[in-house]
Amino acid sequence: MLQRCEACGAFAYPAREACPSCLSPALAFADAPRLGTLLAETTARVPSDVYFRERAPWRIGLVKMDCGPTIVAHLHADCAEGAPVRMSLQLDKSGQAVAFARPEGETPNMADDRQWREMTADPKFRRVLVTNGRSVIGQEAVVALKAAGVKTVFVGVAEPWRPFAGEDQLRRQEGVEVVTLDAADEKSAADLAADIGGKVDILVNTTEYVRTGGLLDRKGTSIARDEIDQAYLGFINLAQAFGPAMRMRGADGINNSVAWVNILSVYALANWPAFGAYSASQAACLSLSHCLRAELRPGGIKVMNLFTGPVDTEWFQTVPPPKVAPRAIAQAIVSGLRGGLEEMYVGDVAEEIRQRLAANPKALERELDK
Amino acid sequence: MMKSQRTPYEGIVIAAPVTIPYVRYSIESAQWWIGRALGALVAQAGIKASDIDGLCVSSFTMGTDSGIGLTQHFGLCVRWLDTIPLGGASAIAGLRKAARAVQARDADIVACVAGDTNHVDSFRLTLENFSRFNQDAVYPYGAGGANASFALIARNYMRTFGVTREDVGRIAVAQRANALRNPHALMKAPLTLEQYLAARPISDPIHLFDCVMPCAGAEAFLVMREETAASLGLPAARLLSTIERHNAFADDPMQVRGGWAMDVGELYAMAGVKPDDLDVVQTYDDYPVITMMQFEDLGFCKKGEGAEFVRAHDLTIDGDFPHNTSGGQLSVGQAGAAGAYLGLVEGLRQVLGTAGPTQVSNARLGLASGFGMINYDRGLASGAAIFAGPSR
Amino acid sequence: MQSKNLLELAGAISSGAVRVVDLTFTLSPDFPVIVLPPEFGQAAPVRIQEISRYDGRGPAWYWNNVTFGEHTGTHFDAPIHWFTGKNLPNNAVDTMPAKDMIAPSCVIDCSAEAAQDPDFVLTVPIVETWEAKHGRIPARHWVLLRTDWSKKGWRDYSNLRDDGAHTPGPNPAVMKWLVEERGIIGFGTETIGTDAGQAGHFEPPYPAHHFLHGAGRYGLQCLCNLDQLPATGAVIVASPLKIQNGSGSPLRVIALVGSN
Repeated sequence: MLQRCEACGAFAYPAREACPSCLSPALAFADAPRLGTLLAETTARVPSDVYFRERAPWRIGLVKMDCGPTIVAHLHADCAEGAPVRMSLQLDKSGQAVAFARPEGETPNMADDRQWREMTADPKFRRVLVTNGRSVIGQEAVVALKAAGVKTVFVGVAEPWRPFAGEDQLRRQEGVEVVTLDAADEKSAADLAADIGGKVDILVNTTEYVRTGGLLDRKGTSIARDEIDQAYLGFINLAQAFGPAMRMRGADGINNSVAWVNILSVYALANWPAFGAYSASQAACLSLSHCLRAELRPGGIKVMNLFTGPVDTEWFQTVPPPKVAPRAIAQAIVSGLRGGLEEMYVGDVAEEIRQRLAANPKALERELDK
Repeated sequence: MMKSQRTPYEGIVIAAPVTIPYVRYSIESAQWWIGRALGALVAQAGIKASDIDGLCVSSFTMGTDSGIGLTQHFGLCVRWLDTIPLGGASAIAGLRKAARAVQARDADIVACVAGDTNHVDSFRLTLENFSRFNQDAVYPYGAGGANASFALIARNYMRTFGVTREDVGRIAVAQRANALRNPHALMKAPLTLEQYLAARPISDPIHLFDCVMPCAGAEAFLVMREETAASLGLPAARLLSTIERHNAFADDPMQVRGGWAMDVGELYAMAGVKPDDLDVVQTYDDYPVITMMQFEDLGFCKKGEGAEFVRAHDLTIDGDFPHNTSGGQLSVGQAGAAGAYLGLVEGLRQVLGTAGPTQVSNARLGLASGFGMINYDRGLASGAAIFAGPSR
Repeated sequence: MQSKNLLELAGAISSGAVRVVDLTFTLSPDFPVIVLPPEFGQAAPVRIQEISRYDGRGPAWYWNNVTFGEHTGTHFDAPIHWFTGKNLPNNAVDTMPAKDMIAPSCVIDCSAEAAQDPDFVLTVPIVETWEAKHGRIPARHWVLLRTDWSKKGWRDYSNLRDDGAHTPGPNPAVMKWLVEERGIIGFGTETIGTDAGQAGHFEPPYPAHHFLHGAGRYGLQCLCNLDQLPATGAVIVASPLKIQNGSGSPLRVIALVGSN
C-alpha cells in the first residue's frame, strides 16, 4: 500500500498531502507493486531509541521501488545490496506499519529471521494457549498450530467431567497439554494463569457461544447472560489472568510473548438480527479487543482479531452456505500470526460484510434484516 | 522561463565573528547561549544593543520560543526579524537574507546568531521529533538517527566511486590536527589514521570518528553595509557571492551530490574568482564523506575524484589546502544549529586575520558552505558563500 | 415436648453424644451441574467473584459476589419445580412450611448394586426387602438412596455418555408407592438429580420429580456422607434459601445421628 496520485499515477512515499510530481491533492492509498532493489544498507549499532538499543545491531536499508519511490526499510538478513527485494508493510511492536524488505524469492528458514520475527508473531517454537478445546475450531487450531511448529499447545477444557467429541484425539497429540479452563469463571482463569501464565507466548481465544435469536423472540435474559458470561466476561477473565504476564514478557528473549488472537463473528461489525443477541455480544468483545490492544501495546504484544461469517458447526446448521470451515479459521490463525496482522477476514461472508460496511453501512443494515 | 541576473552584494560586509566556547552538556537553556552570543557581538563591535535593528536566529532547542520572543527576552527593538530552521544551511541562508535586508536598507545592523543547548536527552528528542517524514519513515527503522541515514548515503557513495575508509579518514585526521591548535575544541587528543580506522562501528560504514559530538554552544556575526562598518571603525569582510538550493536532484535514487553542483558556476562567477583563488575553505562536515562530496560539488575536483583530491592535498592549517581550520564540527563539536555557523564564523576570522592559533597566513579569500535537513533519505538544503578580507 | 428436652438435645449435640453429619458438597464452580440438551435453557454454573480481599477494593475485608442456578451443588427441589406441583399451595421454597425442613430419614443402602450397574434402579421389592429388615418406612420421613456415588471422581460422578447421563435412581413404581403408600416427606440421592440419569425414558419421565412434587413433597440431591448415617433414626435438617417463588436452592444439609 502506497499513496498513488489519481491525477498522474505517480506513487509517493513517505505519505504526504500533495503529489510531488504534479501537486494534485488526490493521493489515495493503493496496492503498489512489491518489488524493488536494495540500494544501500547499514547496521545501526548504537540506536538512540531504547527499544532498538536493546535489539542492536539492527539492519536497515534504502530500497528503490520499481514503481518509483525510495523507502527506508527493515531488512531481512538474506537481502543483499543491488539485489531485488520484495517489500511488505508490517506492524511493528508499537503497532505502526513499517516497510520490510525480504529477498525476492524464498530462502532457507526465511521466517526464522531475527528482525522478521520481531515484526511478526510466528507461532513456530512458541507456546500457545488455545482457550477452548471443546469446540471444533479449538481442536482445528491445535492441529494447525502444531503443524506450524508450536512447541507446546496448552488447550483449555471447561467442565472436564463432561466428555466431548474429539477428546481422545486431542489428548493423544504430542506436545498438547489439556488443561482445565472455564474462561467464564474468574477463579478458573486465575488458577490456570498461576500455573502456566508465565509461559504463554500466544493466547488464542477460541471461546464460542452461539445461540440464535435476537430480542423479541427470546424470553428473559438468561441466554443473553450466558452469551455475555462466556464471550465478554470470559474475555475479561482471560485478559486479567494472562494479559499482565504476557505484557511483561514482550521482550523475553527470542521466543517472547507476542500475540493475542480473538475469533470474532463478523456480525460484531453489523448486527445480524437472526443472531442478534449473539452479534451484540461479539460487538462487545470487539470493542474490548481495542482496549486490550492499547493496554498490551507497551509490551509489544499484538492483538489479532479474526472475523468470520457463519461457521460450519452445529449452531449454524440452519444457515445456508457459504459457511466457514473450522479448519480454514485454524489456518487463518497461523497465517495471521506469521504475517503479524491485526485483522483478518476469513471466508466470503466476512469479506463481503467488510466491503459492504465500508461502502454503505445503512444499506448493509437493511440487507441483514432478512 | 528566463533566468535573470542576480543583484551583486555591493558594499555588504560581515563583521564581529563570535564563538561562545562549547561544552559537552549544559544545564543552561538555548536562550542563555544565544544571549551570551548577542552580548559578545555588542562587546566585540563596540556598539549598543539598541544599535541592532535586525535579528536572524537559528536554534533547535528553544522550545516554543521563536525570534519574536527573543526580542523581548533580550530587550531588542528590531525592524527586521527572521527565524531560520534550516539546520546546517542556516548560516548561509541567514547571511543571504540579512545581506539583502541591509542592502535594501530595511535594516542597518543585522545580528545573525545560532545557539543550542545540550541537555542529557536533547539529542534523542531532536532526532525523534526532527520532521514529519523522519517521524513516519525513518525513526521507526532502528532509530539510528542521522548516523543511519548518512551511513546509507556514505555506503552508496563509497561503493559507487571506490572510496575507502582511509580516504574519508584523511579528512577527519587533518581536522583533528587543526583542532589541537584551537583551545576551544572539545576534542583535545591527537587522532591518527590507524585510530580512525580502528574506531568502533556506529552504523556501518559510519564509525565513531565519522560522527560529530552533540554539545552546547553559540556562534554569531553582524551583517551591515560597508559605510556602517567604516563609521564604527569595524574590520569587516566583504560578501562576494552566495548560493542556496533545496531539494536538488530529487530524481537521483540516492544522494551522491548536493545542491552546490547545481549552482557552483554561479557561485564563482558572481564572486569573480576561481576555486584555486581561495585561501581557506570551510565545508559543512557533519560527516567527512559529506565534505568529500563538497570538494567535488564546489568545484575543487570532478565528481568521483574526491578521494584522489584528499590524497593529493594537505588539509591542515599549514597545508596547501587549509580546510576546516578550527577543527570543524568533527573535532570542535556540533552545537545544534550553531554547527551551521561554525565554518562561516571561523572563515570570517581567517580573512579578518583574527583566527589566532588557527590562523592561515595571508588568508584573504574564504569560502564557507552549509548543508542540512536530512528530512527523509538525503540532505535537502545546501548553500555556500565566498567572502574577502579587507586586505584583498 | 418440654424445653428441657430441647436443651438436652442441644447439649448432646455440643458434647458429641449426638453426631452432626454434613451431607453437603462444597459449592464451587467446578462441581458438575445437570446438563440438558443444549437447545434448552441451562442452569447457570456457580460463579464466585471477589469483591475485595484486604486490598484496594476493600482494605480490611474479604467478600464475594456469588451467582448460581437454583439447582446447583447440593440442592433442594420444591414442588413448584415440576409441572405436577405447579398449582399446589405453598409449593415454593419461600412458602413451604418451615417444619418440613426437619424430618427423620430412612437410608436404603444400594451401594453394592450401584457399583455393579450405573443404571441401577430402585424398585418396590428392594424397598420391601429393606422394610423386612428395618421395619416399615414411617410417614413424613425422608428416604435417602445410598449409592456411594458421591465418592467418585467428577467425570465418573456425572458419567455422561453420548446418550446422556448414566446414574442410578428410582423407577416410576417405587416413587408412586413411596409417595402414596408410605407418605414420605421427600426423596434424596447422591447423584445429580433425584431421578436416574436415563429417567427421561421412563414412563412417566422423571418419576421422582413427577410423583414427589405432584404430591407436594421434596427432593434432595448431590448429597454425600450417606454412609455415615444409620438405616433409620437420623434426623435431617434441610432448610433451603428463602428465594422468592424459588423452585429450589443450594443448601447446607446436616443429619443428627444418635448414639445407638
